[in-house]
Amino acid sequence: MAIEVRIPTILRQYTGGAKLVESTGDSIADLLTNLDTSYPGLRGRLVTEEGGLHRFVNVYINDEDVRFLGALDAKLSDGDSVTILPAVAGGAFAFAAAAAYASTLR
Amino acid sequence: MLCIGREVLDAIVAHARRDHPDEACGIVAGPAGSDTPVRHIPMDNAERSATFYRFDAIEQLKVWREMDDRDEEPVVIYHSHTATEAYPSRTDTSFAGEPRAHYLLVSTREPDVAEIRSFRIVDGAVTEEPVRVVDPTVDPSAVTTYMFGQSPASVDYECSSGH
Repeated sequence: MAIEVRIPTILRQYTGGAKLVESTGDSIADLLTNLDTSYPGLRGRLVTEEGGLHRFVNVYINDEDVRFLGALDAKLSDGDSVTILPAVAGGAFAFAAAAAYASTLR
Repeated sequence: MLCIGREVLDAIVAHARRDHPDEACGIVAGPAGSDTPVRHIPMDNAERSATFYRFDAIEQLKVWREMDDRDEEPVVIYHSHTATEAYPSRTDTSFAGEPRAHYLLVSTREPDVAEIRSFRIVDGAVTEEPVRVVDPTVDPSAVTTYMFGQSPASVDYECSSGH
């Protein structure tokens, strides 16, 4: 069961620079385990120690976000295309929280 | 150093003003490896928040694919801070996933002056860099409506030869 996987820039250090790799698996969890055999370290950047998908990584099967397909349990079919992207997120919240905390110390 | 066209910067600031008091976010795509921001793409802030932003996952996939097809990359990733200074917060640095991008922050806390700063964020380490506005057709004095975090706060006519 061949699955095409698109690797984002930040993770290409694990794939020798390749942006498109191929692997196998019946589910996203399976696929990541197999990928890690070929590209050690990759899985650890995507899956937390508790075994969930990192919050700031987006994984898609074809055009769909796996969060809506069962996350790591999402099923794969032969010929599916998986895309991994770093979520782009951030903001002033932590800064504001730190400032508020600092002001209580004065 | 970030070299950015006046028109692109104006479009980013206009987007940030439009979405104020929510944080605005988006990217400027450019040819891969060129380090030149060309195509401004405002993105939806899926969080619709005054203190947090997150690209909508499906919109991001569409935009990233389109860049891939056009052999582009995100040269600039920008967002606005609406009540605090234009400096990356701890949240920004922990989530920065594009080491080659310039992280541009626009603060809209002052209604008349947009504070603009640019940063590289690699492995959680933040390094500020100068911003140069490139536009030979504009009167340099017009730039004084922006406040840059670092000098030179001026129009640079020779930007492309600087790197």
